[in-house]
Amino acid sequence: MSEALSAALALLIGLDSKLVEIVLLSLRVSLSAVAIAALVGLPLGAAIAVGRFPGRQTVIVLLNALMGLPPVVVGLLVYLLLSRAGPLGALGILFTPSAMVVAQAILILPIIAALSRQAIEDAWREYEEQLCSLGAGRVNAALTLLWDTRFSLLTTILAGFGRAAAEVGAVMIVGGNIDGVTRVMTTTIALETSKGDLPLALGLGMILIAIVIAVNAAAYLTKELAQRRYG
Amino acid sequence: MSKASILPLRLAEVSFAAGGRTIIDRVSLEIETGLSTIILGANGAGKSVLMRLMHGLLEPSSGRIDWNAPERPGVPRKQAMVFQRPVMLRRSAYGNVAYALKIAGIPEPRRAALVREALESVGLSHLARRSARVLSGGEQQRLALARAWALHPEVLFLDEPTASLDPSATREIESVIKAFDAAGTKVVMATHNLGQARRLGDEILFLDQGRVVERSPVEDFFSKPQSAQAAAFIKGQLPWI
Repeated sequence: MSEALSAALALLIGLDSKLVEIVLLSLRVSLSAVAIAALVGLPLGAAIAVGRFPGRQTVIVLLNALMGLPPVVVGLLVYLLLSRAGPLGALGILFTPSAMVVAQAILILPIIAALSRQAIEDAWREYEEQLCSLGAGRVNAALTLLWDTRFSLLTTILAGFGRAAAEVGAVMIVGGNIDGVTRVMTTTIALETSKGDLPLALGLGMILIAIVIAVNAAAYLTKELAQRRYG
Repeated sequence: MSKASILPLRLAEVSFAAGGRTIIDRVSLEIETGLSTIILGANGAGKSVLMRLMHGLLEPSSGRIDWNAPERPGVPRKQAMVFQRPVMLRRSAYGNVAYALKIAGIPEPRRAALVREALESVGLSHLARRSARVLSGGEQQRLALARAWALHPEVLFLDEPTASLDPSATREIESVIKAFDAAGTKVVMATHNLGQARRLGDEILFLDQGRVVERSPVEDFFSKPQSAQAAAFIKGQLPWI
């Protein structure tokens, strides 16, 4: 155990090129997925928060339920979509980082949409009369609330990032864990552990945790500072 | 902007019920231009709901509410409202007023001058860059007044604007309201504060259990109330008289 740990530290300190490559691919995939999910999920959350349409409550319940989507199931669905015989097979992106981005984006879209819906709806309750009094329509109101809840939404996006960076099932299925192509931190940890190469697995595990902590700390500080400044 | 006045505002047999309870009960009245109108009544008399019906934030359960010139979408509103607890957007004081102008469709180049004038009118020019949410309660309410008044609305609704403020902030708010009144804006204000009603009002609309039981000039209302309810209310509020 201690041997594995010191070997892991050696890999980290030496910035082992293989390790760096894996970390960078992980970040690239998860950050792209978060960007796409936020781009779709935040407006979607705002629309559901402010909108009035039949079946709204059903949509909210479903969206909340989808937050718990099992990554392997998302992986399987995206696999079926992208496989050669599937409806999107012509794209030819199965077993590429693009497929992993798609799978993670689908996985965290409900998280971002559901949590932002909640934050925006809470704000809407406070703002509704004032915004209606000023004559703001629903689209304007949604945009205003997106901006005014921006610090809460940062936490929402972070929850999505945490989920994407930590999941292994979806990227394993659609990426295939191909060495040097689609191998990311979580899939490597799973593989190396089963092979018995504990130092690499442990080193990656530490980096993964460090990244998640660093991102959360940065977001927390931003939120604190901003809230002190803007109230 | 067209010259046609939106006043008078006519309410015909307006009722409003929520949760099986009648809050406004067959109110018919006319709000004319000019004199400031105070809606007076005890808590729960329906003051806030009546103003929200007039302002269009609530739809009446029955009856009609007609402005002389109906509002059209895309045209800036000629009425504004200030609430008991101001809702400040997460931006600067300046940004809050500019936001109202933007929503009203005022093009960007014209906004700056209007914002400065509005902030000036409530004495907040020096805090223009300050974030609105960190201002004091009194400052926030003055900012809410500036935001409501930036487009010089014909009618300004005020829902107990000083109910959660201390006496000195209240005085500041009252002097701003007086200035708006003097500048020709029709003030319609709900309050349960008799002193304030006397200081700011020209006429009193007395509400009791969702009905307008009395409407008279301020002096008459206080010296010789017509209804038993009004007399009891005045006596209850000022037991030493």
